[in-house]
Order: sequence, then C-alpha cells, then structure tokens
Amino acid sequence: MPKLNVSHPSINYNEVPKKIRMRPYYIIAPGLLILIGILIPFATAIFLSLTNYSFRLPTWKLVGLKNWIDTLTDPSFYHALWVTIKYAVLCTGTQMILGTVIALLLRKDTRYSRILKVLFTFPLMVAPAIAVLIWQLMTSNSIGVLEKLLNIFGIYGFPWASSHSTAMFTAVLIDTWVNTPFILLLVLAGLQSLPKSPFEAAEVDGASRWFIFKTLTLPMLKPFLYIALLFRLMASLQEFGIIYALTKGGPGDTLMNISLTGYMTAFQYQRLGSALPYLLVLWTIVNISAKFLVKRQRKLAKQAQGY
Amino acid sequence: MSQTKRFKQGVSLFLVLTLAIGMFAGCGGSAQTPPSSSAAPGASPAAPQSNIADVQQQAQSSGDFDWKQYEGTTVKVSFVQHTVADAIVSKLPEFTEKTGIKVEYSITPEASYFDKLSTSLSSRSGDPDLFMSGAYQLWDYSTAGFVEDLDNFLQDASKITSDYDFEDIVPSAVAALKWNGIPGYPVGEGAQLALPLAFEIYSLAYNTRAFAENNLEVPKTYEDLLKVCDALRGWNGPGSYAIALRGARDWGTIHPGYMSTYANFGAVDFAQQDDKLVSMVNSPEAIAMTEFWVELIKRGGSSSWSNYTWYEAGADLGAGKAAMMFDADNNGIHQNWDGASQEAGNIAWTVMPVAKEGDTPNSNYWTWAMAMNSASKNKDAAWMFLMYFTSKEFAHYASVDMNSLDPARTSVWDSDAFKSKMAKQPGYIETYNATIDSTTILFTPQPYFFETTTEWAATLQDIVAGQYSSVEEGMNALKAKIDKAVSDIDLSAYY
Repeated sequence: MPKLNVSHPSINYNEVPKKIRMRPYYIIAPGLLILIGILIPFATAIFLSLTNYSFRLPTWKLVGLKNWIDTLTDPSFYHALWVTIKYAVLCTGTQMILGTVIALLLRKDTRYSRILKVLFTFPLMVAPAIAVLIWQLMTSNSIGVLEKLLNIFGIYGFPWASSHSTAMFTAVLIDTWVNTPFILLLVLAGLQSLPKSPFEAAEVDGASRWFIFKTLTLPMLKPFLYIALLFRLMASLQEFGIIYALTKGGPGDTLMNISLTGYMTAFQYQRLGSALPYLLVLWTIVNISAKFLVKRQRKLAKQAQGY
Repeated sequence: MSQTKRFKQGVSLFLVLTLAIGMFAGCGGSAQTPPSSSAAPGASPAAPQSNIADVQQQAQSSGDFDWKQYEGTTVKVSFVQHTVADAIVSKLPEFTEKTGIKVEYSITPEASYFDKLSTSLSSRSGDPDLFMSGAYQLWDYSTAGFVEDLDNFLQDASKITSDYDFEDIVPSAVAALKWNGIPGYPVGEGAQLALPLAFEIYSLAYNTRAFAENNLEVPKTYEDLLKVCDALRGWNGPGSYAIALRGARDWGTIHPGYMSTYANFGAVDFAQQDDKLVSMVNSPEAIAMTEFWVELIKRGGSSSWSNYTWYEAGADLGAGKAAMMFDADNNGIHQNWDGASQEAGNIAWTVMPVAKEGDTPNSNYWTWAMAMNSASKNKDAAWMFLMYFTSKEFAHYASVDMNSLDPARTSVWDSDAFKSKMAKQPGYIETYNATIDSTTILFTPQPYFFETTTEWAATLQDIVAGQYSSVEEGMNALKAKIDKAVSDIDLSAYY
C-alpha cells in the first residue's frame, strides 16, 4: 500500500489574528464553566467528608478517614443501603410494568385514548411533596376517602404509612402514582416511532398478537424502555421528597434510605462531615447503575437499527 | 511544545487551581470564632448582671424614648407558621410607622423551619436578624455561638423603656430561655437567649359529650386513664378511639405528654458521670414509664399513631375521632372556637393524670420565642423590633384579638378581656393555674437535642410496633444510640 504523504503547511501562530487564536477558548468557555460548577461542589464534598465539619462548630479540622470508617462500620448504613435498593427496585419495577401496559392499551388513537392520555399525565404535574399531602388526606383515618372506601368492606383504620409492614407499600404506591405517567409518555413516544412495515408484514403472515409483541414490539421498544428505566432507577435510588414528607423515614427506621439518613445527619443533626460518606456512596451507586444502563441502551439502540 | 499541548496544560492548571481555591474558600470561612457578645458556651453574659427592674427605673418612658433612632434600617425576621407570627405581621405597618424601621420577613411551616434556619444561621451572614425558636433549639444554636445574649439590651437603660415591664413576662417562660451553655446544666441561669412570644404547657383535653354519654369520670390517675381508654374504644362509631397522642418520627413526639409523664415517673434523660453526659433512658423509672406509654397507645391510641404530629392529634379531637388528647393546652383550643370543628363547644381541659391523686403534675415547657442572630448587622434596630413585639400591649392584642396562645405576659392572663374570651373553654385557665408552677423544661440542656430526641421517637415507634422483644431491650438500644450521639461532650472543658 503506497504511503500517503500528508504535509501541513507550516503556520506561524503569531501571525494569526488574536481574535481567531482565542476562538477555541471562547468555544469551550461555557462548557468549562459548567464543568467547574459541577466539580467544585463535588470536590468540596469529598474534602469535607475528611473533616469534622458541622454547622454547630465554629471551627473544623481534618479527621482523615474517620467519617468513612464510622459510616462503613455502622449497621444503620447497611440498613439504609438495603432500604434504598428495595425502594428503587419496587418503584422502578412496578412503574415500568404499569407504564408499559397502560401505554400498550392506549396505543390506538381513539377519542377515549386521547382523553385518557391527558388524564394519566395529571399526576406528573403534581410536585412529589404535594402528592404526599394529597395521599395523606386520602388515607387519613379521620377524613380520608380511601378510609371511607375501605369502611364499605368492613376494614377500619388501615395503617397505611404508620405501620412497619405497610409503610414501604404506601410510599411505593405514592411514587407509582406520581411517576408512572413518565414511563407511559416515554413508551407511548417509543411505540409511535416504530416502523409500520414489519408489523404489517407480520399481520399479513397471520402472526398472533402475542407473537408480534414478543418478537417485534418488545425488542424494538427496548431502547426506549432502557431510557425510562435509567431515569426512574436513578430518581428512585435518590428518592427523598416522598419519603420525608410521608413519614420522615419512619416508623422506626423502616424508610430510612441513604438520602434521608444523609440529610438528617447533615441538616438536622448538623454533622455534615459524617453525612457526606452516605451521599458520596449514593453518588457512586447511581453513577455505576447509570453507566451500565447507558451502555446497554446504546447497544440495544444499535441492534434495533440493524447494526 | 505544540499549541494544543500547551492549551491542555493551561486548562488543567486552571481547573486544579479553581478547585483548590473554591474548596478552601468554601471551607476556610468556617474557621469562625463566636462573636464576643454572643451567648457562647459557658460564657457569662457580656453585661454585668443587675436587676432589670432597676435598669427600667433608670430608663426613659415609652413616650420619651426615641423610637425613630434607627429609622431607615431594614430588619429581616424568620417566622414559623403560627398564630403569633400572624399577629406580628398584622402589626408591622404600625411598627414601621412608629420606628421607621422596615421589616422583611419569611414564614415557613414548622416541618421544615428549623432545617432552613440552621443553614441560614450557620452561614454567619447576619440574615435573618431575628428568628423564632424554641428553647431546645437554642441549646444547639447558642453552643455554636449563633445567638445574641439579650441581657446586653435588657440591662442597658439607654435601650429599654421604663414601662417595658420585664417582670410581667411569665417568669418560668423567661427562665426557660436562659442557659449558661454548659451541657447538663439546667435552664434558668446564664445568657438570656430569647424572649417569649407564646408558650404551651401540657394537659388533658377531653370531649365532654364522650364522657357524659358513657357515664365516665375524667381520669385523674394513670390507672383511671387506661380504664377510660378501654371504655372509649369506638365511642363515636367505628374508627373512633380514646386518646390522641403524638407519634411521628421527630422530636415533637417526645416533648409534650411523653416527657411530662416521664418526669412524673421520676425518670431523667441524662446524668453526669466522669465529665460525660450519660443517657438514663434505660433506668427502671424510664422503662416503667415507657411500658405505661406503650400500653396507653395500644389500648387507647389511633391506629395511625406513628404519623401523628400536634396537628393530626388536634384534628382528631375536633372531628370526634378521639375522646381525649394529651398534648399542648392550646392545641385543643383551636378546635373549640365556635364553629371551628365538629366537636366545637364539647371540649374541656383538666390537669394531666398522675400516679395517685394529689401528686404534683409536672409539665414540660415549650416556648415560641424570638431570638437575635449574633451575626446580625442591625442589632439595635432588631432589639427595637423585639421590645415592641414582646410588649404588654402587643401581647394583649395577639392573644385577645388574634388567638395567639398561651400568652407570655401575666397581665394578659389577669385581664378581664382574656378571661372573658376564654370563658367558653372550660377548665383551660384553671388547668393553667394548677400546672404553671410545676412547669419547667424537663429535658437536660445539651447541644444534640434534635439527634437524641429524634432517635428517641424512632425507638418508641419500634417498641410500639413490637420490633423489640421488650421495652427494656428497646430502651437499652436507645441508650447506646444517645450515648454515642453525645460522646464528644467533655464537661471538664467547661469548668
């Protein structure tokens, strides 16, 4: 193979006008500023996790890895980790299934499906803390609509968020009410973007609905499902608002996930240095999960496009 | 060296420098020292202790006092959502007209108020100049040097009016807001951390209809209370229950009925041992009291007890769900004003049950008070605000016209207007009179109040739910948590 000889004309940069020379710096400046904006708090958090920084202390000092060792040897850390994972899996799993099923049911463009699509998106417009207030009113044993409904079936004083055994269920229920429409919208968008010809061909060949779903719809929808999964899993792992507004992590420590434990330690107990290992561990978990899911999503997107 | 390489090196160096500077700029400011005039731990008040009544005698009357001396200054105030805040806000135009001081304020719901306030105070920006607080929170804040000692103003004849009448402020409320900053040392001595706007004591509110229809006597002892709880289960149909109590996972669960009863059982929260504070929550008295409390919740409480704050407890009393409520005396009042709730007009008050009839009903204390930020840049103008809104005239207006209870001024309690207003609240004033002399802060002051009481509430929830094999096991676990939380307090550093 002949060697290609490419030579660049020699450029004397001093002869290039300053305006042009500075252009690369101007181009990257906004990105650089954003990067600094992200990195400063992050690096500060890492640094402060090595100190005894507290809002109540007039001074602080370096304590090395003490906060990290204390956190990693504290049983409440592993309890918080378990609650975080359990909550994320339950919420994401329920919402993915429900969102996908509802999207498939509303796939056909009819007057009813259009009305239902609008109605289903209402919860998405409600702030999570407000959603909790609505649900607290609905589940109140004194004035709650759901309590009255259960009374018809002879059930009185259902404990909802106030019992160790039903608190997780109640929190997941509220999270599902708020966030399932997000999955629904993403899956609906995905369904509408699928090419029609493979489905028409399958119908002509007499394929069953189930066969079409499992061999065409689902594989082609997977990139969209992964995007939905990515967003919901990351948000569920970091969930704070719904749990805090509902029970502040109670009863006992039932709903004390990593976000809540970190927040309480930092702001209520005013031990910021001790709280940061919790939050940095959470960042690591979310980062690893997100990287894995993004990688999978890219691979599936390529497969769906026939690469 | 190529231009690209040089550029990369430049950017890397810039990033490293920016990060380093940012990090140290962010942290370096932390090396603060408490202002000399603040209520620093263990510090004696900056001004020499003297009788405030004597200082007032040397002071000018309100008519001669120059209220306009800080005209044009702006004072920033943090309020919690409360009737006293509503009363203050309604009088701000009059205050500004009288003093020329402008007021900027924020009102935050109680659930998130202290988290927000802690962050603002720790910034040391001086914003807010004044903030509402309870005594317990001031233990945290004053230890950090965030709170101005108000004796600096109260004991300065040039800053107080002769008719301010400091002695008229309910003495136990004033004492509850004094502390010398030494963990384990009781309130009542040291710096005046705040001045009271309103307070609450703890008593038993009950539905007279529930008791009349069931031919029941109002309980006077713990034994009576448990019996009445059994008799009142489902008293107003399915879902109704005997007694509303707080149970949410926060400090608010511990301080009302629970802490009052805890003290009446002879239990204390901390003891001093070898220059350390040691939790006493697993003492025999504490365990016996908690066993009684768990029994009370199980036999008489709501099935949603662990979600209950003062709000849910009061609402259930008003809605006819609960027949009794062991909580703040002013909580039930807001359900009993004409037309305020379904059971309005049926609610009455009595002294909290005790071990045997005739025992002293020791009640814990809660005060909503106004404190000054030691980093404030407008301390004198802020003091004007404080003096104006803790005056006799304002206290009378806040209680009689704006329903702010309990009044922190004796003159309001003694006034005919207030007595007439409360005539439709049977037993309220009588219960106050029977309890106020045995009312004090029953917690041991220490700077980890939020942490220890939140853990206490969480453990109580676990005990009630049967997560421990016995109350003793739960209280032993709680003791370990509290001891760990206060382990860095070294009392020898204060003596």
